[in-house]
Amino acid sequence: MSPEPLLAVRGVDFGYGGAFRLEDVSFEVERAEVFAVIGPNSSGKTTLIRLLTKVHEPQRGEIRLGGIALGRLSRRALARQVAVVPQELTLAFPLTVEELALMGRHPHAEGRFFEGPEDLARAWEAMALAGVLDLGQQPLDTLSGGERQRAVLARALAQEPRLLLLDEPTSHLDLRHQREIVGLLRRLNRERALTVVLVSHDLNLAGEVADRLLLLAGGRVVRIGSSDEVLEEGLLEEVYGCPVRVEKSPASGRPVVMIRWPDADEGR
Amino acid sequence: MITRRQAFLGTGGVAVALAAVSAAALTLGAAPLTLSEVVSVLLGREAPELAATVVLGLRLPRILLAAVAGAGLTVAGVAFQALTRNPLADPAVLGVASGAAFGAVVGQLAGLEGSLLAAFGLSAVAFAGALVAAAAVYLIAAVGGRLPIQTLLLAGVITGLFFSAAITLIISLVDLARLGGILHWLMGSLGTLGYRPVGVMALGCAVGTGAVYAQARALNLLALGEESALQLGVEAERVKRVIFVAASLLTGVVVAHTGPIGFVGLIVPHAVRLAVGSDNRLLIPVAAGAGATFLVFADTLARVAVRPAELPVGVITAFCGAPFFVYLLRTRFRRGLA
Repeated sequence: MSPEPLLAVRGVDFGYGGAFRLEDVSFEVERAEVFAVIGPNSSGKTTLIRLLTKVHEPQRGEIRLGGIALGRLSRRALARQVAVVPQELTLAFPLTVEELALMGRHPHAEGRFFEGPEDLARAWEAMALAGVLDLGQQPLDTLSGGERQRAVLARALAQEPRLLLLDEPTSHLDLRHQREIVGLLRRLNRERALTVVLVSHDLNLAGEVADRLLLLAGGRVVRIGSSDEVLEEGLLEEVYGCPVRVEKSPASGRPVVMIRWPDADEGR
Repeated sequence: MITRRQAFLGTGGVAVALAAVSAAALTLGAAPLTLSEVVSVLLGREAPELAATVVLGLRLPRILLAAVAGAGLTVAGVAFQALTRNPLADPAVLGVASGAAFGAVVGQLAGLEGSLLAAFGLSAVAFAGALVAAAAVYLIAAVGGRLPIQTLLLAGVITGLFFSAAITLIISLVDLARLGGILHWLMGSLGTLGYRPVGVMALGCAVGTGAVYAQARALNLLALGEESALQLGVEAERVKRVIFVAASLLTGVVVAHTGPIGFVGLIVPHAVRLAVGSDNRLLIPVAAGAGATFLVFADTLARVAVRPAELPVGVITAFCGAPFFVYLLRTRFRRGLA
């Protein structure tokens, strides 16, 4: 084991236009860990993903990947190690699943104008892992939300990353597809030792899959710890400004967060 | 997956189509020639003097001009579409062609006509006009780093109108006697220019197309949005700057010599996308050839449709392009892609 964690964020400040800000954010993600970032709306979760992928640069502090500062990595070198599954896929022109997956090979193809057989093999492997191999020639705009999400995941896996970042991976998905994505992430984590950082609104998803959670509020780290340490009634009520109840899942023993809904005649 | 072989085959295919349409165009016109007469002239064999004059002096330079202009405008269209992530973008729609036209009018009035140096100078001022217009559209339309379709189209209309007004202003201030050529040019025409300007245009278009094509793979990724492109290792800012300048260069050198010819950069890329897909590594060369073929065809139609008179080719492309634009706009909004 190397002493350096895979990802180290140290004292990072970032702000633009005054609206979204991160202040003095520090945390570490170990190799092969599943790490979840949770927090209320506009707490800075998506901004954090942009900082981790050098879309934005921190105004203060430092982010290190495998001991190397992000600023010293080229975009291509970073994309060979870190892949992102964004919340939404926007397409300007029609694209097939295979074309999308092949785009994940770009960081590995320095100076190559066309993909080679090696790239195609890797893309197919990624598509098979994500369960979209038989959808290869389908245009993306004909797919369901779950299939699209898995196609984007295939693109990310084709990058052969060490670290996979997911922004709200289940937000548009129904129960079955949510379950599929979680199964897939667990498998990738277990079998390939892939490190996963996911950002989510869904406290129960985060509590269920993550080894550790980071609770972000107003751009500051409120707490980092296991699901039991972070998903705590008093803390969540304070951060979210909403009464909640936390119980243990009978299946996994992990905490489950429920909103205390107002009664019909209360809270009008 | 797009391979080098596919790109070669596709390019070869459109090259054959271009050759066939050009051969037909050489025989058609006020003086009807047979294909064998045309071939004899081209191969330098013995042929009637009239045939030699018509083919080498009139039709061939005009066809070359149409082919280069069609290719240049089409690649400019593909480039602007990739840059704005919007299939409705094209040099005319974005007002960039009007900016180039303004530059060219100023250049022509300043006496940039005739010599080889003047052809370069005219291209340069039109390029400058295109750059200014493209920058204006970008600055007007950008909302938080994005270019939404509505503001983009409006910014293009506004910029186009502004430069058209500026052209009108100049024209009304200038002596009528000096305007003859300019007015004809402003309608968008491929009237005989001779080989020299064609050569300058071909050089500019080769440089511009080469610069765009070199970024073809990065442009594919840019279609996913700038953030995703960055996260996949594309230096998006640099790519965008190259494309911005190259597309303006293509627009500038073409407009400088042909006047504004609309819609070529809109129709051709869309039609070619339907046939070969959106991968720019295949799309760009095939669309360039198809654009060349389309404009040679349209110009031949313009020459022969109302014989003995002649239509400006811009009329033909606009009659094809305007309904097509409406169709695109409607289907795009219906599918909620905008």
